[in-house]
Amino acid sequence: MQGAVKLKPTVPVPEPAAASAVSVRHLHVRFGDRNNEFTALSDISVDIPEGAFVTMLGPSGCGKSTLLRCIADLIHISEGSISVFGRSPREAREGRDFAFVFQDATLLPWRTVLDNVCLPLEVGKRSHNGDHADPRALLEMVGLKGRENALPHELSGGMRQRVAIARALVTRPRILLMDEPFGALDEITRDRLNEELLRVWQETGTTILFVTHSIPEAAFLGQKVLMLQAHPGRVKEFKEVDLPFPRSLPVRDTVEFIGVTAHLRARLEECL
Amino acid sequence: MSEVLSSSRKTESLPDRKIALLDATAGVFAKHMPAILAATGLVVLWQFVVWFFKIPTFMAPAPVDVFLAFRDNAGILWTNLLPTVLETILGFIFGNLVAILLAIWFVHSATAEKAFYPIAVFIKAIPIIALAPILVLIFGNGLAPKIIIAGLICFFPTLVNMVQGLKSASPAMLDLMRVLSASNTEILWKVRLPSSMPFLFAALKIAATSSVMGAIVAEWIGSSFGLGALIIEATYNFRSPLLYATVVIAAALAVVLFFIVSVVEAKMVRWKPGGTH
Repeated sequence: MQGAVKLKPTVPVPEPAAASAVSVRHLHVRFGDRNNEFTALSDISVDIPEGAFVTMLGPSGCGKSTLLRCIADLIHISEGSISVFGRSPREAREGRDFAFVFQDATLLPWRTVLDNVCLPLEVGKRSHNGDHADPRALLEMVGLKGRENALPHELSGGMRQRVAIARALVTRPRILLMDEPFGALDEITRDRLNEELLRVWQETGTTILFVTHSIPEAAFLGQKVLMLQAHPGRVKEFKEVDLPFPRSLPVRDTVEFIGVTAHLRARLEECL
Repeated sequence: MSEVLSSSRKTESLPDRKIALLDATAGVFAKHMPAILAATGLVVLWQFVVWFFKIPTFMAPAPVDVFLAFRDNAGILWTNLLPTVLETILGFIFGNLVAILLAIWFVHSATAEKAFYPIAVFIKAIPIIALAPILVLIFGNGLAPKIIIAGLICFFPTLVNMVQGLKSASPAMLDLMRVLSASNTEILWKVRLPSSMPFLFAALKIAATSSVMGAIVAEWIGSSFGLGALIIEATYNFRSPLLYATVVIAAALAVVLFFIVSVVEAKMVRWKPGGTH
């Protein structure tokens, strides 16, 4: 089991692998005190297959980000369990099993691009294995070769998000948790980064769990789409996207793609 | 051949550099020309008013008298400047250091903040000039009460700014550090302290000028040395040109400290606050 988990397929298989990267069981998350309680997530059970690219879609307030943050050990679980590669979120966090990419690039503005990418190697418990990627090679992979010594304020929003992705990959995470990382970018930049993210996924074989508001983005990136509905947040659908890989932007003009987005849109409207 | 070339280049480059230096100096003058003209104009006006209305020197000395006072009293001014500089700098260092350490403690302990912040506000509310005699009674006539007062005057602005600066790290940055399993010490050194730097320097610039004021005010009360004592002495003896010269020196000291803090800030804070938000 442990040996199988350690394998990182360079080209992910479309059908889910036997092992699951993240396994959520009867998860409940409540906020507030007893008098004014708010249920953010109610009885969520889902398995994210290892090596998969799963996108999370749902109306505002459905708890997509909350679920992602629970997996990342940023939010306390009220009930139920989450296991990340067979460990608790806390152990997984300390063992550097996952990396998180925020909507905002959250680069440290006083550090150069290269120093920002190196940040995860400087902090945290040293218990995780010393295995890490070459920061310069990662910057080259995200198309920022030659900008190593730039400061974040000298870069565009899209470039900053590329740095954030390189920083997330530097510890060779087994799962990448992405919380609307391209939500604040213009459409052209977003399209290009979508394509590049697919390429990064295929090159690294990392499992990716990707939260988005955009139906086309969810359909274009995801092998599977996890749709949540709100009040309280629960799983609406966990749907396979039947589009072949590798995908490139023109796939969005095919009948198959439009069929997928039409289905997702219809299901999303049922949530309202 | 090459030697000839390099030597000729040297002789060429030297005047070039001189010209560049001259250009830079001329540029600075051109930039500050309105300020220079205004200041010169005011001094000339002052000289003219004193001369025209025949104002006695003890009441208000003319600029020329003040200028002569610098020459005649160079020794006294210098020996009294040194203790004031020492008190100012030590007060600046201790006042700000205590404020920074206290701010770090407050950010890590809400209880400490709740307990001591009101006390800090209360200390701030005591007029410094009322505090000086108390400190002289406790610590005597030496350097100690002056350093304490110069420090106290720096303390509060730095504390307030530093607490705000340490808390200015965005929630997303703190989430990032948590995902990286960073310890509180790592968060302090890698995120909180760097992000507080613009806030700290804003306070240090205030402290640079006010610490001079603190030292001088402290020297007014029961002191036989320092610029503050010299101000009192010159006033009581109607040595107005000396009084004015002392005031000019005190102001120059504050400006120099302000300038030093600004230079250090320019070296340390090269990033733009809020550039990535």
